[in-house]
Amino acid sequence: MTDIIRLTAAEIAEKIASGELTAVEVTEAHLARIDAVDEKVHAFLHVDREGALAQARAVDDKRERGEKLGPLAGVPLALKDIFTTEGVPTTVGSRMLEGWIPPYDATLTKRLKAAGVVILGKTNMDEFAMGSSTENSAYGPTGNPWDLTRVPGGSGGGSSAALASFQAPLAIGTDTGGSIRQPAAVTGTVGVKPTYGAVSRYGMVAFSSSLDQGGPCARTVLDAALLHEVIAGHDPMDSTSIDEPVPPVVEAARNGSVAGMRIGVVKQFRGEGYQAGVLQRFDEAVELIKELGAEIVELDCPSFDLALSAYYLIAPSECSSNLARFDGLRYGLRSGDNGSRSAEEVTSLTREEGFGPEVKRRIMLGTYALSSGYYDAYYGSAQKVRTLIKRDFDKAFEQVDVIVSPTTPTTAFPIGERADDPMAMYLADLCTIPANLAGNAAMSLPCGLAPEDNLPVGLQIIAPVMKDDRLYKAGAAVEAAFVQKWGHPLLEEAPSL
Amino acid sequence: MTTTTDLVSYEEALASYDPVMGLEVHVELGTKTKMFCGCSTALGAEPNTQTCPVCLGLPGALPVVNATGVEYAIRIGLALNCEIAEWCRFARKNYFYPDMPKNFQTSQYDEPIAYNGYLDVQLEDGEIFRVEIERAHMEEDTGKSTHIGGATGRIHGAAYSLLDYNRAGIPLIEIVTKPITGAGDRAPEVAKAYVRELRELIRALGVSEARMEMGQMRCDVNLSLRPKGTDAFGTRSETKNVNSLRSVERAVRYEIQRHAAVLSSGGTVVQETRHFHEDTGTTTSGRTKEEAEDYRYFPEPDLVPVAPPREWVEEIRAALPELPLARRTRLLAEWGISTTDMQAILNAGALDLIAATIEAGADVASARKWWMGELARAANESGKALDELPITPAQVARITELVAKGDLNDKLARQVIEGVLAGEGGPDEVVEKRGLKVVSDEGALNAAVDEAIAGNQAIVDKIRGGKVAAVGALVGAVMKATRGQADAARVKELLLEKLGVGEG
Repeated sequence: MTDIIRLTAAEIAEKIASGELTAVEVTEAHLARIDAVDEKVHAFLHVDREGALAQARAVDDKRERGEKLGPLAGVPLALKDIFTTEGVPTTVGSRMLEGWIPPYDATLTKRLKAAGVVILGKTNMDEFAMGSSTENSAYGPTGNPWDLTRVPGGSGGGSSAALASFQAPLAIGTDTGGSIRQPAAVTGTVGVKPTYGAVSRYGMVAFSSSLDQGGPCARTVLDAALLHEVIAGHDPMDSTSIDEPVPPVVEAARNGSVAGMRIGVVKQFRGEGYQAGVLQRFDEAVELIKELGAEIVELDCPSFDLALSAYYLIAPSECSSNLARFDGLRYGLRSGDNGSRSAEEVTSLTREEGFGPEVKRRIMLGTYALSSGYYDAYYGSAQKVRTLIKRDFDKAFEQVDVIVSPTTPTTAFPIGERADDPMAMYLADLCTIPANLAGNAAMSLPCGLAPEDNLPVGLQIIAPVMKDDRLYKAGAAVEAAFVQKWGHPLLEEAPSL
Repeated sequence: MTTTTDLVSYEEALASYDPVMGLEVHVELGTKTKMFCGCSTALGAEPNTQTCPVCLGLPGALPVVNATGVEYAIRIGLALNCEIAEWCRFARKNYFYPDMPKNFQTSQYDEPIAYNGYLDVQLEDGEIFRVEIERAHMEEDTGKSTHIGGATGRIHGAAYSLLDYNRAGIPLIEIVTKPITGAGDRAPEVAKAYVRELRELIRALGVSEARMEMGQMRCDVNLSLRPKGTDAFGTRSETKNVNSLRSVERAVRYEIQRHAAVLSSGGTVVQETRHFHEDTGTTTSGRTKEEAEDYRYFPEPDLVPVAPPREWVEEIRAALPELPLARRTRLLAEWGISTTDMQAILNAGALDLIAATIEAGADVASARKWWMGELARAANESGKALDELPITPAQVARITELVAKGDLNDKLARQVIEGVLAGEGGPDEVVEKRGLKVVSDEGALNAAVDEAIAGNQAIVDKIRGGKVAAVGALVGAVMKATRGQADAARVKELLLEKLGVGEG
């Protein structure tokens, strides 16, 4: 049984297709693992045992009938609790939606189901995806499998922790400012934020509409690519979804190479606030890439210094409007409705109880930034910065094929350390935010353990819009080189739980 | 609530002040589906049966623009002589109200689809007044709330409220005028004529039925006064949801008198929204500017910009139908009627019906006569609009044809109409069933005429004595005897012939 949970998604799919394993066996193995370790990790908010086994049985039946299976049929997956699942609770990590059972599936959920992917359950996250540690979940924090007293990153800490603790070989995250990549980095897993518009947002509860992007999380680059292909593609239900063919990501992941690539290193992605061991592992990664035949190009992207400030105006502004619908009138939590209070009073009490402090902080920030008289100075200027960042990326990609950087300035920090210091928390997304503002594709993959704390360090790769395949091509090459260097995948060094 | 008891008389108000108006009209578009989802827009369904995750604003749902809605908006923009934006965006208008599922309305802010146009409107005396159009923009309707309990029918003080989201997301076009100046004492008339012209236009374009009584078209009236001879605008009031042509006229008139009273007593007009009361024809204060909301508009990130290709816009322009004013001007000439006659036809809502009746073969005079006479009365009695009567222009044309052929006289024709309206079938069927043919059997007619002559000796003597006009009484007797089914002209002819009297 232990063997099954350590298989990659690609291996599982192959074994199911060949009849060596059944989807039910695979699902049961993972459910057993969840039973064994999730009490400690707390990656899942909801485990859909019956739904998962039913889906697994359907895959096995299909195989028995001799029908062709999709490339991920029967592979278990942990779904971030931000995507709606018909008949299965969706809380977005908030009290506000406690007990809400969505009447519809997100497009991504539909695609997973159609591909025969087995959804094990819904994973923990910072409330409404606002946070970098998963501590903002209304349902308690998630532990980092490398050290349960540390955070697994956020907002998608549940998904990454599920991967790193072998509770699922695949997971889904969403990335507004780094919520896929930063958790991947600090848990030693792989996470990809596809190009904005590549994966449908229909049914993904909105935090900041112009930044939010769902994407694949996995333990290997190839597994991420396989999942990427299942979830990406045009969706007429999402107006911002790109109506173009999905870049050949699986092909790229199977043919990893950086030979002849021009790879950019941005001056702005280092300096104060970066942990020494993180920079050390990053520099080694750059050396390795050079050895693999790539050309390294130094880049200057001055607008990147403004990215964090712009992000903390745009994201809260959009969230203040997106979260206005949570008023206790139609679904989810309703507080204080004693029959004599007005609708406005009940809404006010509901929000007071239903939203956590970080969500309230951002709603207030955003409401202020959009107010008449302040709009130009805040939201308006932030949009201009966004244009500048796009231009810096455009200029950079005239010189290079992809950009690399550390994914996060530090390794996983202890639970509670930054909980009362929002600014320190926001700095965790320093390197990831520019790609969100510009809509680029970006990946994080492991590049070793920081010497000072033996915790995973992430290497970020950023590609131009709709050139997601470059992430996989470069990522697969780097991954292969590291595994060869280490003699095994990084996660094998993680403590057994 | 401020009660305004002292009003200045209308004449007095206009002697000192010059009214400036701004009219905002919302029109629900007649698309089959809603603006941002596939739900039906049909009226009259059970509450909350025409909804989906999108128009209920469920977490995760996203809007998609209805292309027909955009096309209709462009059609309206072009008919209003507007420029059509080459690129424009939707914006979120953020405010809280229980009947708005997302607590923001998807609308347009500083980038409307159509802008800078005008609409020529015709006043009662035929004069043309040009109303400049500021913009026409696309947005979605809200749901509908019904507040139960409490005195005012408003949310405050209600015991509970019922929400119906069937209307939420129905496409709306908001058409905003530039300040309308120079109307002087005709301001109320101009306002009414503008809304009517707009309604006719919207209907002619086939983009909405624009029935004000059903809320498909709603008008907000902005009004301010400035002392005669000055340029600067005064402080305005905005009277919301004025929902009939008559109310538009009355609201403008009332606000002119109210503003004048405030200003002439040395007071200051408060910038506020006001509610119009149909029963009293007055307005009362709503919320003031201090309580006014900050809508925190910003571009809707869930939708991509709308960039209608120029060729498409030109295709839509080329396919525009003849517009109402042009059509009326043409028909006025073709029919050879007076402006007053035309106005009466318009007021009765009979223009399309008469035109269609003429098209179906009736002559102008007959078509007008039936629609403006018998049918207008029937409509009035049953409390229906003319076009809601269960009779078609083709049927009216058939009746006029039967009259022209001499198969019916006017009295019988009225009975045929009565039968058609009662659902007894088409004109020919009613004639058949009721046996309403004019008596053309000369033998029967001769007998009836002889009988009338024999039975009314005194009248016969009078006629023979030279009082030819008295023959009317004998005609009446014959008509009575034939139960109205004789041709009165033929009866008169026969009588005079038999009595040996020549006419005139």
